[in-house]
Amino acid sequence: MHEVWTYFTVHHSEIMGWLWTTVWLAGVPLVVGLLLALPIGWVASRYHWTYPPITSIAGLLYTIPSLVLFLVIPGILGTGILSPLNVAVALTGYTIALLVRTVADGLDSVSSDTMSAAAAMGYTGRQRLVAVQLPLAVPVIGAGLRVAAVSNVSLVSVASVIGVLQLGQLFVVGYDYNALAPTFLGLVLFVLLALAFDLVILGIVRVLTPWQRAVGRP
Amino acid sequence: MSVLADGAGLPGLSHVITWFNDPSNWWGSSGLLIRIREHLLYALIILLIAIVIALPLGLFVGHTGRGVVVVVGLANGLRAIPTLGLVIYLYLWLSTKITTTFAVPWLVDRGALASFVSVMIALVLLALPPILTSTYAGVQNVDPAARDAASGMGMTGAQVVRKVELPCALPLIMSGIRSAALQVIATVTVAAYLPFLGGLGRYIKDGAGDLNNTQTGYPAMVAAGLTVAILAVVVDALFNLLQRALVSPGLTGRIKRDSRRTTVDRIDAPAEANLISA
Repeated sequence: MHEVWTYFTVHHSEIMGWLWTTVWLAGVPLVVGLLLALPIGWVASRYHWTYPPITSIAGLLYTIPSLVLFLVIPGILGTGILSPLNVAVALTGYTIALLVRTVADGLDSVSSDTMSAAAAMGYTGRQRLVAVQLPLAVPVIGAGLRVAAVSNVSLVSVASVIGVLQLGQLFVVGYDYNALAPTFLGLVLFVLLALAFDLVILGIVRVLTPWQRAVGRP
Repeated sequence: MSVLADGAGLPGLSHVITWFNDPSNWWGSSGLLIRIREHLLYALIILLIAIVIALPLGLFVGHTGRGVVVVVGLANGLRAIPTLGLVIYLYLWLSTKITTTFAVPWLVDRGALASFVSVMIALVLLALPPILTSTYAGVQNVDPAARDAASGMGMTGAQVVRKVELPCALPLIMSGIRSAALQVIATVTVAAYLPFLGGLGRYIKDGAGDLNNTQTGYPAMVAAGLTVAILAVVVDALFNLLQRALVSPGLTGRIKRDSRRTTVDRIDAPAEANLISA
């Protein structure tokens, strides 16, 4: 344990750099993926005949191993193979694939009574979507986002196999120098990072759904 | 495929086609076919060990309702651990403990035991959460009326699990095993990070050191990656067939029930596990 701490203090600046890269590589695709999944999910929920094709394409995308995308994307985009951009693009794809179904199911989960009540109160179609349906779907979408966040964080480390620099580099260093300390530190930091993402999303969902707490009170 | 732009200085993707067309890349002791065999063999063993552990545990938790918090927490925690890190950690630790040169033909070369065991442990831990949670959720989703009817007929607890809960939960269990299988096939590539191990990751790990080599560099890496993706698609299709064969027709709605005909032939969604109630 002591060695792990010593390793961290000695290589502090390098590790923090990798940590931030990992935060960006996991976080930005999460936000971009959500923003892109919202309209696609809405289409799947609004026009029901599009639901099966959209969700099957998303499912197919998810079966492509991440390492394959990390390798093929530079060939398509013309980026260098070690560019973090490849990882970001691949993870955005996975996030969309995971969230499209969740968004559609979340929007569908809002009861038709609620929707009718909103219409009767004079909400137009778009107002009803933004002010009623979307907020009520937040808990379901949030649950999907938590899964995507944990999976993104752990997928970033896979990029170490081809040499993209991020927190997973601690595993490479550990292996190359036959040292347990950096490897253990890497495991701890990855788990803590996943936990941090999870807590942030939980917090945002909590702030966005005040009615859930109000109902819980006796 | 051939018109795609080259990456910064990388051999173009057209070299991948050339790579696949060269028979010398397919045959021989380190050819593609041997790598595929190693890859699938590792994945199969990992999946079987994970099923043997997760299935009974999931059935127990689902049936008794005991230990739910522990299982769900454990499953979520395991998901957060990066497999590459775990594989390397286990190897660094085990390579000092396992010094025997015990070998198994087709599977473990001389001196590869520590590497092999590390990969097995790390990937079993990766495969456990989907199987565990889907089994538990599948049993939880079984219509209580079906369970009560079974006890009412005089079945013991073990019989209820075996004859009612397991068959009814099967669609969900199968989808859990399927997603575990896909994850394992994609992730067994990290095995190549350790010495003496094969699998398709070998091309990717070895190619990263000499990217511009048109024979063993980037083209070979992409070719291996595409092969992994094809394996994943094939395994996915096989699971579809297996699911059709194993899941009771009464659950899938593939048989006619009263006058109304239901034509659901695939079951993925948890809600559909409740169709038994009809």
